[in-house]
Amino acid sequence: MTTIAQDRELHPPAITPETQPFFDATARGALMLKFCDACQRFHHYPRALCPHCFSERTRWVETKGTGSIYTFSVLRAGTPTPFALAYVQLDEGPRMMTNLVDCDLDALDIGQPVRVVFKPATNGAMIPMFTPTQGKAP
Amino acid sequence: MSIHGKAYLVGAYEHPTREAKDKSLAQLHAEVAKGALDDAGLTHRDVDGFFCASDAPGLGPMSMIDYLGLRVRHLDSTDIGGASYLAHVHHAAQAIALGKCNVALVTLAGKPRSSGWSGTQARTFGDEAPDAAFEYAYGMGTANVYAMSAKRHMYEFGTTSEQLAWIKVAASHHAQHNPHAMLRDVVTVEQVVNSKLVADPLHKLDCCVVSDGGGAVILARPEIARELKRPRVKLIGAGESLKGLDGGDIDVTHTGAVWSGPRAFEEAGVKPSDIQYASIYDSFTITVLLQLEDLGFCKKGEGGKFVADGGLISGVGKLPFNTDGGGLCNNHPRNRGGMTKIIEAVRQLRGEAHPAVQVPNCQLALAQGLGGFLAGRHGSATLIMERE
Repeated sequence: MTTIAQDRELHPPAITPETQPFFDATARGALMLKFCDACQRFHHYPRALCPHCFSERTRWVETKGTGSIYTFSVLRAGTPTPFALAYVQLDEGPRMMTNLVDCDLDALDIGQPVRVVFKPATNGAMIPMFTPTQGKAP
Repeated sequence: MSIHGKAYLVGAYEHPTREAKDKSLAQLHAEVAKGALDDAGLTHRDVDGFFCASDAPGLGPMSMIDYLGLRVRHLDSTDIGGASYLAHVHHAAQAIALGKCNVALVTLAGKPRSSGWSGTQARTFGDEAPDAAFEYAYGMGTANVYAMSAKRHMYEFGTTSEQLAWIKVAASHHAQHNPHAMLRDVVTVEQVVNSKLVADPLHKLDCCVVSDGGGAVILARPEIARELKRPRVKLIGAGESLKGLDGGDIDVTHTGAVWSGPRAFEEAGVKPSDIQYASIYDSFTITVLLQLEDLGFCKKGEGGKFVADGGLISGVGKLPFNTDGGGLCNNHPRNRGGMTKIIEAVRQLRGEAHPAVQVPNCQLALAQGLGGFLAGRHGSATLIMERE
């Protein structure tokens, strides 16, 4: 079976002063994470105060945009077009909710390497999603 | 201080309706409140504590206490999704133990079926939610976010669709005896795994029903419970927890029950192998499997073996569960199954479950709720009850 992922209408993100830099970055094709200088850990989704140690010493770091599929599910009923909800584990560490796109939804597997791509929401903001860079992991 | 033995579940009522186009939402709350008061042998003038969650219309307790004509001195509207009502029982016992109220009423009602709700729709909770910009665009509904846990559990532990199907099979064996159940036909493993794929790897029959209706329970202090004419059900342990995405460290194969369960068992002074009947929140088959593991009924990763071959069927398996048919077959009012989990546990301890599914001499029961999103943020609440 083959189910090629189709682009779909994306809910516009509500951007706040806390998250504006994230979406400024996605607009230029970069995926950013927050890093905490106090506890030396990344976190996602991005916050002003670190959720691990509650320090305000957080700063934006550009990621490599690569990772692997931690888990996913292809929704096949009650949707105009099937799509894959997923958590991707970034090479920097954090797992982020996302969609898997530009791929055959029937050939996805946990552990597959992926890289970030960006899709426009209905208000033009760019949403980070991921696409497999090679076939099923061994 | 402990709530062990400080409060009794003296009234319980499940609304018989499964589609309530002819009733208002507030009316459903009033009808279940009256049903639970009648069951207890109390009146609404006896109620001095009220608990509701976001399913209550208007301004929650402000609207409902006025609408119901109550005069209360303690109120609480904690919301952790479908687990809210187990948390309310816990909080009511705390309030009773502290002398803040004597008789506490907890209500739930909703009409998702008449309003055409479906578990495949994307869910949003307002643009001010801190996670809004990082989740809503991805189409997180209910089915697909629970399915992500099932997918990862299969990957890590080799759990199969057939093993998950046994959970639905057990629920259907129980539901055949419940005249109010939405799905009364006994199903087979083959029927479950051959039903339509909704959110890979969950099939249509891995999902719960969508129903209107509601339920209510009443707690009272021991002196009052002893004066009533009903079998006495004592709350002896309770625990709560909240599990989130942990700043990106999320694991999706554990639930909050891994924390709320041990808290409840410690307070009750019992262990999982002592439990004779368990109500386990069953929004999907995978929800049950993960909570069974996290509560300690079996080891992590061995839930599939535990539920297979009728492991949860009353009179057949190791642990009778959801003998009313549960959310998987009977009823899931307002998409919040916590209330009905408490009610069936009370029935079992009173010896008032259907004779075909009644656990003989049931003395110790557990009710477990999980509200929100399994592979997301969710609340968990565990109650342990004893027949006196």
